[in-house]
Amino acid sequence: MTQQRTQPAVGSIGRMRLAPQQGEVIDRARTLPFTWNGSSFTAHPGDTIVSALAAAGERVFSRSFKYHRPRGLLTASFHDPGCMMQVGDEPNVRGAHRLVESGMDVSSQNTWPSLRFDVKGINRLAGRFLPAGFYYKTFIKPERLWPTYEKVLQRFVHAGEISPDTPHSYYDKRYAHPDVLVTGGGPAGMTAALAAARAGASVLLVDEEHQLGGHLRWADPAAAAELVARVSGQDGIEVLTNSVVLGRYDENWIAVVQRDLPDIPERLIKARARSLVVAPGLIERPYVFAGNDTPGVMLSTAVRRLINLHAVKPGERAVVLTANPSGDAAIEDLQRAGVRIAHIADACAGADVARVHGRRGVRAVELADGRKIEADLFVTATGWTAPTALLNMAGDVPVYSAKAARFLPGGATAENVFAAGGIAGDGTLDELLAHADAVGAEAARRAATHRHRQLAATPTSEPPSAGSPREEPVEIPELPVHEHPELFRGSTHGMVDFSEDVSSKDLHVAVREGYDSAELAKRYTTATMGPLQGKLETINAIATVAEATGRTVAETGTTTWRPMYAPVTLGALAGRIFEPVRYSPMQPWHESHGATPLVAGQWIRPDDYGDPAAEVRAVRDGVGIIDVTPIGKLDLRGPDIPKLLNLLYVNKWSKLGIGRVRYGVMCADDGVVMDDGVTGRLGEEHYLMSTTSSGAAAVWEWVENWLQTEHPDWQVHVTPVTTAYASINVAGPRSRELVGRLVEGVDLAPDEFGYMQVRTGRIAGVDDCVLWRIGFTGELSYELHVPTAYGLHVWETLMEHGADLGVTPFGVEAQRILRLEKGHLIVGQDTDGLTKGYSAGLDWAIKLDKDDFVGKPELAWQAETGGGSRLVGLQPVDGQVVPPEASQILTAGGGIAGRVTSSRMSPTLGRSICLGQLDAALAEPGTELTVHLPDGNDIRARVTEHLAHVDPEGKRQEITGPVPAARPCATPVARSPIAAGGRSGEAAPAAGTVTIADRSPLTKIGIRAPHDGTMAADLGARFGRTTRDPSGNLVIGSGPGEWLVLGAPDARLLSVLRERAERSGEFATVVDLTHGRALIRLSGQRCAELLAKVCGIDFAGEFTPNGAAFRSSVAKLVTDIVRDDKAGVPSYLLHCERSSGQYLFDALLDAGAEFDIEIDGSPSREEI
Amino acid sequence: MIQLPCPWCGPRNVSEFRYAGEVTPRPQPATATPEQWRRYLYVRRNPRGWTEENWYHSAGCRQFFKLRRDTDSNAVEEPR
Repeated sequence: MTQQRTQPAVGSIGRMRLAPQQGEVIDRARTLPFTWNGSSFTAHPGDTIVSALAAAGERVFSRSFKYHRPRGLLTASFHDPGCMMQVGDEPNVRGAHRLVESGMDVSSQNTWPSLRFDVKGINRLAGRFLPAGFYYKTFIKPERLWPTYEKVLQRFVHAGEISPDTPHSYYDKRYAHPDVLVTGGGPAGMTAALAAARAGASVLLVDEEHQLGGHLRWADPAAAAELVARVSGQDGIEVLTNSVVLGRYDENWIAVVQRDLPDIPERLIKARARSLVVAPGLIERPYVFAGNDTPGVMLSTAVRRLINLHAVKPGERAVVLTANPSGDAAIEDLQRAGVRIAHIADACAGADVARVHGRRGVRAVELADGRKIEADLFVTATGWTAPTALLNMAGDVPVYSAKAARFLPGGATAENVFAAGGIAGDGTLDELLAHADAVGAEAARRAATHRHRQLAATPTSEPPSAGSPREEPVEIPELPVHEHPELFRGSTHGMVDFSEDVSSKDLHVAVREGYDSAELAKRYTTATMGPLQGKLETINAIATVAEATGRTVAETGTTTWRPMYAPVTLGALAGRIFEPVRYSPMQPWHESHGATPLVAGQWIRPDDYGDPAAEVRAVRDGVGIIDVTPIGKLDLRGPDIPKLLNLLYVNKWSKLGIGRVRYGVMCADDGVVMDDGVTGRLGEEHYLMSTTSSGAAAVWEWVENWLQTEHPDWQVHVTPVTTAYASINVAGPRSRELVGRLVEGVDLAPDEFGYMQVRTGRIAGVDDCVLWRIGFTGELSYELHVPTAYGLHVWETLMEHGADLGVTPFGVEAQRILRLEKGHLIVGQDTDGLTKGYSAGLDWAIKLDKDDFVGKPELAWQAETGGGSRLVGLQPVDGQVVPPEASQILTAGGGIAGRVTSSRMSPTLGRSICLGQLDAALAEPGTELTVHLPDGNDIRARVTEHLAHVDPEGKRQEITGPVPAARPCATPVARSPIAAGGRSGEAAPAAGTVTIADRSPLTKIGIRAPHDGTMAADLGARFGRTTRDPSGNLVIGSGPGEWLVLGAPDARLLSVLRERAERSGEFATVVDLTHGRALIRLSGQRCAELLAKVCGIDFAGEFTPNGAAFRSSVAKLVTDIVRDDKAGVPSYLLHCERSSGQYLFDALLDAGAEFDIEIDGSPSREEI
Repeated sequence: MIQLPCPWCGPRNVSEFRYAGEVTPRPQPATATPEQWRRYLYVRRNPRGWTEENWYHSAGCRQFFKLRRDTDSNAVEEPR
């Protein structure tokens, strides 16, 4: 940074600091040291960086964008174009807004070698070489120099420096659901907020400044203080200062950014407001004349802010050009502050300015009549800009009023968007307040109507108590519009856009060159496209274009205001990062045994344990175990399951016997393969369907879609149980030996439990396990599905009791090799979005003689025409070359005939093996083909007779051998999906704090029945509400025709509910979900605030009172939420599918940090 | 972000739903001509204005429902 020496550090009383002012916001009792370009300064708390520097007599705060002209104070507000600064490692800080903190290191931006002597100031002299469109015109040819141009131009970019060492900051996010959101905390905004709150609305009042009060803070500090006191005394108003509304989107979805919170740089609030009141006031407009950007030229509001808020004398000797009461009031303020008024130019009487003299500061003001008056301060009060951004975003097109010399709302906003205050019209303060009062009341009334409708449609709420809200609208008085002269540019040219250095002359040039509409001239010159985004310069730019084209301002129109209204950091937009992850219960074992993690969708799985080839050999020679928990599992119950399976699978299901398993393939209606898996029949009306790991969610939705929309009459209940079971595949010739040691109640003898059969029994002491005999790996194998809490127990028992058999854990990579050796396809790997059934080698499975199944017509046509590619086995002639997946297979003529879909080196065969998609004509076994590798080389490969490279006859399934007797093993240990830590065994934390507790061990029973039948009446909880049954179990109406009953761990609950379901005489089914769900209890007064950070639902009492039950997205995870208060203290039960339990717990802990959340590990974890 | 009136859950952010396409009746597979079938598979009206759509409340009640929506204004007909 610069080493420039300014004057010696001044004391706490800067030389421009005034005696105490009535409305001042500084705390004179304390001082804060800070540095500016390396020199020491002091400020009072409440000072902005710039007010503190101005109090010390500093006048130049930056250099301008293009010409590097010295710039000082213009507006003394957030939108001051000359006050962008570097604070520590943070660039582009708005120095006239940011409050000084002790020890701040502030420097000017983009100046070299110093602010005072800026080399690039030479650009000013070269100004005639930097005309409008300079960059477009100059840096075009030759193209090869573009990178060089870029480097040079980057040095001239007007911005601060970012540091790669900047530490990560914590940005925050939350949702809000105010009845009325008021943007602008001036007199109109506060009055509207008060009126709305008095009418019973919840109000969010947002103001960009550090205090409420708006212009009253300097115009009438006593009145401001009185209004502020009324706001703080009014219930129902949440005030956010130093916060700004960034944009208004569909249905009043409103982005608010809250700045400079303790420990949080910015927080994004996503608000859904029932009504929006736009009351931002007016922004004072600069005047265009030669030298209008010289330090010492200020707006009347800037002068008034400096004097009244910060007690800073803006200069010593002033000339004032005034066209309105703000200018007149500034004169009074200046006189009171001891500034000598050298001249008052009355613009209403035709007075005008020609130019100011002085480079680093105003020295003299030359009036249009030729008089030259010495002064160091030139104050202009020439009109206003209405910041109509939010009205535009709500559909309004503002109209220009020549009488008022500004744009006024067009009156076409959405019905729940209102304007109040100066943006809506003029009038006395009383008239404006009366208008705002009516607007606030009407905004509240429409919000109440809206809220009433929402409550009636929301099943979690109690029926609306009071009668319907008031119907007749509140009459909103018309506001007068006062006359104001149209003052944009004087007799000379000057700056229009201060932040982009675009002058009125540039705009004239642009129009002359043909860019004669406001939108074109804006883009060509970049006027209004800088950091201020038009707030100061839009009207002057339009007026200049109008003047240059000979049209009126109204004819020229305005440019469109788009979000964001104010700059926002990317950190705030990114906010809290939610990326759900899923873990199997064996994950801790995998991690401690050196597994290489594989991210597969949300699942974290072991890819291998160091040597996948060795894992393959261990499976082929002995026995291996793999964690296949992510395999999708759907519990199907009901008499019409065969109909459903026949519809969704291409093969036949009518005759599947109990205890049998069948492989099935699902196609979409376009005949394209979408998923595969096995489905087993466990009982008369009870099946278990498995899906691919990645397809689990889609298949569930697919099944529900067909059941709900095409066949609502079919009696089938589908419950996802993917994570209710931990799944372990035990594979290899010695798998029977290993499984036999641990199984009770199932005879593993080959003729008792054959290939493609299913049994239920006890494994390693764990009841209710499901065993499939299937063979994805091509080996004798048993897939064990065990209640998830016992997954790790069974896994460890298998490892322990298989040690002498050489049992080896294997990962996804070894499994991929094994199945490729066996020629089993993977949907999505060996098929793509165009692969129809016959192209996937499924001819044997597709049964066109079925009446209907999804995809049948397309498959029938494919069978007829023989079109599409074929899935084939391929072996490179040189077995040491593994052609990368997606290598192209070529025709003799060099055309593309297909591609390699899977390829690996086979540890079993010692050569490379592949699957591929190939033109049907070339798919004959024995055909030799060219495979084009990505490195450009070609190799030869041969089509094999079978898809299987190893054991095409399936002999390895027929391995026999003695079944060992079951051995005693360790007592099963149930484990929670959540490693909570915390204060296990201690008493519950003190009341008042927010606590989080893992309640996963509770019994959870899912029930499905007609939503309005006898079972529903028996359970007593409708959708959206809970009830307690006589035994104290919590009955939750968790979905339409869907319930969850929570109780203390007790196996009897399931059978009791099953009996009740049977007694109902309806189609009602009951499924144990104890192992399938993670359950968390959150308690404490501030729970709702915590949840508002992770969930977009309105947690206000009326919408989710005690007993509410609903499902929504929590931290991007589909989560069930149940309000279940304890002794009057708000409390929520949250449950999600089990594998995401740890993620949800961690996300809630993270969101709760602000509320000092504590983990409750007390023994009450088994009580509901 | 617009909200959709879920017939079961009430108004929710559209991000909780999955769009399941224009309502397009499935022809009888036994009698449908290839043209009819492919019209069902691939051809949509995609109007500017009112249309009937299938939606799935994937992060809520998990029910499919039909909704009339004006694609121009995003106005929706409240479910009956």
